[in-house]
Amino acid sequence: MIFTEKHDLIRKLARDFAETELTKDILDEIEETGNYPTELLAKMGKAGFFGVKTPKQYGGQGSDYLSYVIIMEELGRVSAVTDIWVSAPNSLGGGPLMLAGTEEQLNKYLRPVATGEGIMAFALTEPGAGSDAGGTVTTAVKDGEYWVLNGRKTFITTAPVADWSIVYAKTDKTQKGSRGISAFIVDMKLAGVSCGKSEHKMGIIGCPTSDIILEDVRVHESDMLGEEGKGFSNAMKTLDIGRIGVAAMSIGVAQGALDEAIKYAKERKQFGKRIADFQAISFMIADMATKLQAAKELVYRAAQLKEINSPESGTAASMAKYYASEICNEIAAKAVQIHGGYGFIKEYKVERIYRDCRVFTIFEGTSQVQQMVISGNLLKK
Amino acid sequence: MKIIVCAKQVPDTNEVKIDPVKGTLIRDGVPSILNPDDANALEAALELKDKSADVSVAVLSMGPPQATYMLRECLAMGADEAYLLSSRTFGGADTCATSTTIAAGIRTIGAYDIIFAGRQAIDGDTAQVGPQTAQRLGIPSVTYVQKIREIKDGSIIVERQLEDGYEVIEVKTPCLLTAVKELNTPRYMSVSSIEDAYKAEVNIWDENNVNLKAEDCGLKASPTQILRSFAPAPKGKGEILTGTNTEMAVSLVGKLQELHVI
Repeated sequence: MIFTEKHDLIRKLARDFAETELTKDILDEIEETGNYPTELLAKMGKAGFFGVKTPKQYGGQGSDYLSYVIIMEELGRVSAVTDIWVSAPNSLGGGPLMLAGTEEQLNKYLRPVATGEGIMAFALTEPGAGSDAGGTVTTAVKDGEYWVLNGRKTFITTAPVADWSIVYAKTDKTQKGSRGISAFIVDMKLAGVSCGKSEHKMGIIGCPTSDIILEDVRVHESDMLGEEGKGFSNAMKTLDIGRIGVAAMSIGVAQGALDEAIKYAKERKQFGKRIADFQAISFMIADMATKLQAAKELVYRAAQLKEINSPESGTAASMAKYYASEICNEIAAKAVQIHGGYGFIKEYKVERIYRDCRVFTIFEGTSQVQQMVISGNLLKK
Repeated sequence: MKIIVCAKQVPDTNEVKIDPVKGTLIRDGVPSILNPDDANALEAALELKDKSADVSVAVLSMGPPQATYMLRECLAMGADEAYLLSSRTFGGADTCATSTTIAAGIRTIGAYDIIFAGRQAIDGDTAQVGPQTAQRLGIPSVTYVQKIREIKDGSIIVERQLEDGYEVIEVKTPCLLTAVKELNTPRYMSVSSIEDAYKAEVNIWDENNVNLKAEDCGLKASPTQILRSFAPAPKGKGEILTGTNTEMAVSLVGKLQELHVI
């Protein structure tokens, strides 16, 4: 697609930021310590990366989904974990609030999330309710002005460092499956809220993930998000935005892998010539670049359809997420292959890329769930 | 306080190649960027604006219509107004004609206290347009400004970079200062400021808007004649000595003696 000047300038901002701030030394330190520097998060907040689509009146940037995609793409090209920090407030944290928040909730919670002053986690998944979010067993029972929450949420991104979390819980046990689920904004400092240990993950190290345990947590009724019983629909709409986010990080990370593969293929000499001069390698690169371009077009289209609230935007987001995350893994694997033995060594960028992108076909709906969504939308007509 | 920043859109010379036969830059397909020293000039103005609410910053450029892209970048960094001097009549200008046009643009914008420009542009590397503009406006100029020490009522104290140090100069305002990269680190734009920059207006002026006659502009008003242009031969790689300090010193003296340098 051909971008407008405005989107070119957004890309310039994100690319300059990534190339200047996300240096090899900093990224290596994040990988070693597991800690993401708070100064870097503050700089990203100032550049406006945490509230791209959020209206200006709530501390956001008032831009559009395409800008969000471009920012994710350019940052992800250099660092996958950085994209997790950017997508969290834009989609999973800010998304549910923008969809259903009252004026008071928007001012109290969305504003700090959009500026980076506060962190909002998104707690939907449970040990027994992953792809099947309708299997939620966390409960909320009304007691006067309060709701009393009990249950366990799992694999919650940023949970250990979050100020609040959106928690989805069953408020009407008589309803089956996805019905009778409501959303709550839970202050992580409330009595009865605790986090499990930070998970040791294969990749995207530097953004902590843990369980959230809720034991008789009393949440005031003013912190119910959206209408009672409408929580599942709020979660699903949020995941549409989340899927565009994962699709965007996939094309960014894949571009980073392709860049490294091309660079290495031109440098590395075997049998007296550059390995890029062997057709086995050059055709691999042609395939990688072609599939990446196709994925990019799907992602940009999904962002544009979401912008105009097209009825096709859900399918488009699933297609983009499905295809982009799959080809990102394929491109990363080929980039490692082109690097040969060096691709297996941590000093080379592709080693980290290969591990980081593995989760892209899994979180925010596995590839198989995207296939269910896409085919379901086609076949119900 | 009113500050005018002069900025130029230039080809990114990191990506530019030189035509080996003609000795000129091959500009095809090369991205255009805000001249790096001009970004320092703009940052200096914006830092003054950060400190005081009554400072307003206008950016002025001369160039083809697509230079509005660079001016929007300046707006997104925080400038308040943007002006582009653009006309076929301005084409082919050397530094002499360029400074005439820039000075006319500045007069048209109106009263000002400080004009900031970059030390030089990375395409021509002349470093002439800044001081020439000051001369045409009849105001003092200080080149190679590496630090602004103090803004006083009616004057500014700055440090001017020299090869082996710096000199401290107090200059009366209005004046023109040219910035070197050591002056500051240009800020990032933000997403919302980019949005705003595309809602703002970039004023595009031709020779009539700035009260210039066609014969005073562009190629016709350019006395510079280029006899020949060429690409200097690459220097080749230097040699890096290794070892202890003593070993490196012995080796260095030996090599310099071999070359009859000492």
